[in-house]
Amino acid sequence: MVVHLPPFETLIDAHATELHRFLVACIGPTEAEDCLQETFMSALRAYPTLSHAENLRAWLYTIAHRKATDHVRRVQRRPTAPLDGAEPVALSSTEGTDDGLWRRVGALPPKQRAAVVHRFVFDLAYAEIGARMGTSEEAARRSVHEGITKLRRELDR
Amino acid sequence: MSDLERRLAAAAPRGELNIERLRAGLAARATADGLVDVAYATLDSPLGELAVFVTPRGVVRVAFEDEPRDEILDELALRVSPRILAAPKPTDDARRQLEAYLAGEQTAFDVPLDWSLVHGFAVGVLHATALVPYGATTTYRDVAAAAGSPNAYRAAGNALGSNPIPIIVPCHRVLHASGGLGGYAGGLDRKRTLLRLEGVLPT
Repeated sequence: MVVHLPPFETLIDAHATELHRFLVACIGPTEAEDCLQETFMSALRAYPTLSHAENLRAWLYTIAHRKATDHVRRVQRRPTAPLDGAEPVALSSTEGTDDGLWRRVGALPPKQRAAVVHRFVFDLAYAEIGARMGTSEEAARRSVHEGITKLRRELDR
Repeated sequence: MSDLERRLAAAAPRGELNIERLRAGLAARATADGLVDVAYATLDSPLGELAVFVTPRGVVRVAFEDEPRDEILDELALRVSPRILAAPKPTDDARRQLEAYLAGEQTAFDVPLDWSLVHGFAVGVLHATALVPYGATTTYRDVAAAAGSPNAYRAAGNALGSNPIPIIVPCHRVLHASGGLGGYAGGLDRKRTLLRLEGVLPT
């Protein structure tokens, strides 16, 4: 079967801004643009191997999520990073946050972090979060719940 | 919604994306890594803005500004490759030569061409057209004959009308046998401008 993929350039037009917002919430504004470039580079590399043209947006989110996770791991491995991982260095420049609340979101496990970002930055319903994360509505709800619970526990400490 | 959830929503971080910087960085890296199958960029010209599309094989498409960009991109995605990116560097040489030609400083093009968008009878017609030199003209009947079917001048007209690489493949040099201008996909004003530039029509 022949797959009719849209011109790659149109993916940048359609999704760069929201993916950037997603990455800003995940890893902070300083690193988000580099991470977005990495996301599009990986997407471009893999583009011809796609077997269907459905839900390219979810596909891009999956890649962005992976890049953000890689980035957080790299930062946490740096010898200067705090060992408890609660405040990765990359997030130190996140502005407009509420007492470092979003910094703590950045330190959540990857799935919880992505789900919380989709829920509270984009105000998405769980079904849509599931679609963007390539998982079910239930799994998305669970990830958000786990993330919120973890945040609450940390704030109460 | 709990208090914590409200705080999260209210404090959602924002950052300004510099989309031009993103595009420039992406174009440079993707080009260097050989990930761009169709690169394109524009230039200003006396004919209006021109868009030049280049594959690793050569110039595959030249478009006038009134041709819908999304339709061109869709056609290239379908018939050449979806790995299409606005990336200036691979188009530099072709754009420089177009500028020089339109400024009257250059009379022939020395750029490789990619004929991927040309099929069937049009291949022969456009190959014959590509051989017509600067300042000369030919007729629909002659290019049809050169393509092997002297009577197929209407088909030749259609082939020229869908020339994907106008200006460089000089379909403006093909006229009616009667001496009339014939047609031009980019509009007869542009055809006249090009023929005046080449000294075929009086300025």
